[in-house]
Amino acid sequence: MKIFRNLLDTVKPIFDKGGKLEKLYPAYDAFETFLFVPGHATHSGTHIKDSIDLKRTMAFVVLAMLPCIVFGMWNIGYQYYSAISEESTLIENIIFGFWKFLPLLIVSYSVGLAVEFAFAISRGHSVNEGYLVSGMLIPLIMPVDVPLWMLAVSVVFAVVIGKEVFGGTGMNILNPALTARAFLFFAYPSYMSGDKVWVHGASVDGYSGETILGALASNTSSWDSLLWNASDAFYGIIPGSVGETSFLAIAIGALILIYAGIGSGRIIISTFIGGYLTAYLFNLWGYNALMSTPAHIHLLIGGFAFGAVFMATDPVTASQTNKGKIIYGLLVGFFAILIRIFNPAYPEGMMLAILLMNVFAPLIDHYVISGNVKKRLSRLKLKS
Amino acid sequence: MFCFKGIKYRSKFINLHAKNVYYSMSKNIKLKKGLNINLVGEADKVYASVKFNKNFVIKPTDFHNLTPKLVVKVGDKVSAGSPLFFDKYNDKVNFCSPVSGEITEIVRGAKRRILELRINSDDIISYKKFDFKNYEKFSREQLVSAMLESGLWPFIKQRPYDVIANHIDVPKAIVISAFKSAPLSIDNDFALYGMDDLFQKGLDIISKLTNGITHLNLDGNTNSSKAFSEAKGVQINKFSGPHPAGNVGVQIHHLDPINKGESVWCVEPQDIIAIARLFSEGKFDVSRIISVCGSQVLKPRYYRTILGACISNFLVDNLHDGDYRVISGNVLTGEKINIDGNLGFYDTQITVIKEGNEPEFLGWALPGFNKFSLSRSFFSWLTPTKKYDISTNMRGEERAYVVTGQYDKVLPMDIFIQQLIKSIMIEDVEMMENLGIYELSPEDVALCEFVCTSKIEVQSLIRDGLDLLIKENS
Repeated sequence: MKIFRNLLDTVKPIFDKGGKLEKLYPAYDAFETFLFVPGHATHSGTHIKDSIDLKRTMAFVVLAMLPCIVFGMWNIGYQYYSAISEESTLIENIIFGFWKFLPLLIVSYSVGLAVEFAFAISRGHSVNEGYLVSGMLIPLIMPVDVPLWMLAVSVVFAVVIGKEVFGGTGMNILNPALTARAFLFFAYPSYMSGDKVWVHGASVDGYSGETILGALASNTSSWDSLLWNASDAFYGIIPGSVGETSFLAIAIGALILIYAGIGSGRIIISTFIGGYLTAYLFNLWGYNALMSTPAHIHLLIGGFAFGAVFMATDPVTASQTNKGKIIYGLLVGFFAILIRIFNPAYPEGMMLAILLMNVFAPLIDHYVISGNVKKRLSRLKLKS
Repeated sequence: MFCFKGIKYRSKFINLHAKNVYYSMSKNIKLKKGLNINLVGEADKVYASVKFNKNFVIKPTDFHNLTPKLVVKVGDKVSAGSPLFFDKYNDKVNFCSPVSGEITEIVRGAKRRILELRINSDDIISYKKFDFKNYEKFSREQLVSAMLESGLWPFIKQRPYDVIANHIDVPKAIVISAFKSAPLSIDNDFALYGMDDLFQKGLDIISKLTNGITHLNLDGNTNSSKAFSEAKGVQINKFSGPHPAGNVGVQIHHLDPINKGESVWCVEPQDIIAIARLFSEGKFDVSRIISVCGSQVLKPRYYRTILGACISNFLVDNLHDGDYRVISGNVLTGEKINIDGNLGFYDTQITVIKEGNEPEFLGWALPGFNKFSLSRSFFSWLTPTKKYDISTNMRGEERAYVVTGQYDKVLPMDIFIQQLIKSIMIEDVEMMENLGIYELSPEDVALCEFVCTSKIEVQSLIRDGLDLLIKENS
């Protein structure tokens, strides 16, 4: 650590006011505060502070994603070797997946952070930690075979239009990671909605790599007649975006987030309840394959669980009041299933449901808050 | 018994007061939200004594929004109870000397603002004579003018705004918190031991200042001493739960919340003793019991001293090695002072903790067995009862709001605090009022500031909002 400290101290004058590179100070500051929690003492207000900061919070969310990452890498390998009908070991699967996942991760972080640094430097504010999470989320919700240039373009779009134009982390209206995915979906629909990108190698030898949702949406087969069963979906041994397949890994992440007090349990649980109830009601109707898919299966397949745990809970874009969070969650679940069932062109409704509710979250809060305001005003009226 | 939002109300006592015959329903209120910060360095319940330090200081800056007008100059001799200055915009409110002696210095800051009046105390304090015979029969007006004249008035504070009470108003209630819940606060049961009669006398005087109820709020987590639990002529309520259960602001919110245009007054138990002494003994005796506590103090103890006293003698040869910070008051709301600084007007404790100016390598990534946090993102959640030695380090940098719902966990009030803070940031006066700013004072939101991930200065924002409303409403 001494080495780092000395290194930082030697280069600091270059970036300080009056130094050659003073404009790049935010970049220096980002590296310094990444390596060392600064030795600043409190100067006003409370003399002591809780140990948590934004870096810790974001690092914890990434930690909660680890099970999904590891499982996702294994699944990339497993799906590939099954597609080419070869036997493979656990290690082989993970190693294969690692080499497929790594480029996505590198492109996501390097492009995203470059944009973040550029904005921080041009505006002279410190680099915010928000992208630590977005940068990990983006590759996890991408199909494994997405071309890297497409990923890069969508990351730039997400960070610039999704976040920085509103003022950066904390000010954005839409979840940046989902903005990236939505951009790809609408800009390059032929890539994202086909059945070739979800499993590496699927396009080569004519193996059908379509996802469960894709199969169900085409209404050619029902859930019961599919290759996969509920336990496959629970463990995540199915084709899909890198991190979204395993319900189990996501559930571990959810427990970490809720127990640590970092993710909102209200949102996660109410999203699942909203989704389950909606799917259950459609079961009663049972018009097509998606409607008649059992309600609990709806929660296991596609991006529902991943979205509920890691996307809907984004505190910046979700509702901010406790009551609002419950309403927001219920509606996310409701719309996710609704879009899934009624939009055969794109059965993955979770992304659109969350983006839609991101836009309506302030409205939900507005109604929750005005309830509190009314109570206060009526107390005043009662007195006078 | 009925439940509402985690707060249980249970009527328990019925008070019948001989003079104003009313039945009042005592309340037993259980608060769930809040946070006790367990710090090392709690004062042992033992009185220690040190050599008398003759330096006394009264700081006009202790009184928010006050513009002092001096009535003394350097070299003047004063007695305990002689006026030093008054409020320029409310000339009836006198501020008096706590001791007898000579004015040695008037310290001024930028724009000649008066920061400190320094007094060199006599060895034996002589008191200005006040003659308030038959004070029991005084009318409310007589009591008010006696308190204004004698320098007792600044002890009466008001909500909203958390400033010295406006003596022209009649408050709808008076609320006295018999206990403090902030970290390492003094134990009033111990400090007021044996002062039952004086305290009752003070209560009788104070309760005349309102036409409404005088509330005396006891700690529901423990059994309070006789001085409090057997007090007469007041409504005794019990509050239990973590800090800020002992804050009057929180208590008022649950007893009789403040609406626009109303005011509630509050007084500290030790100041009630000073009020009782003035009327019954005719002297301005502002002796005070304080605790000297915190992780850097070798022997944390209680001391008998006087308001405005220099604190250096309490700390000489009584500190651990290393960088330290001396705070007059508690770690959440107190003011940083020098080692030869003086006790603040409203403070009853001196806290000394480590100064945290050491950078920490990858501090945000370490497991953190020794890091206190409301969240369970550090492994300290394995040891919930452990006591911590928390330094003054910022533990991160200020950021825009990202996390939500954090403040709600530590503010046991029906207020959307994060939305209120945002309305203050954009100076939306109507929204501030609608969201209940009148019910808050900076100290009530100190825990919000403590737990804030984005390190936002919530207390000073609330202060700004209140100041804006003072301007708007005047």
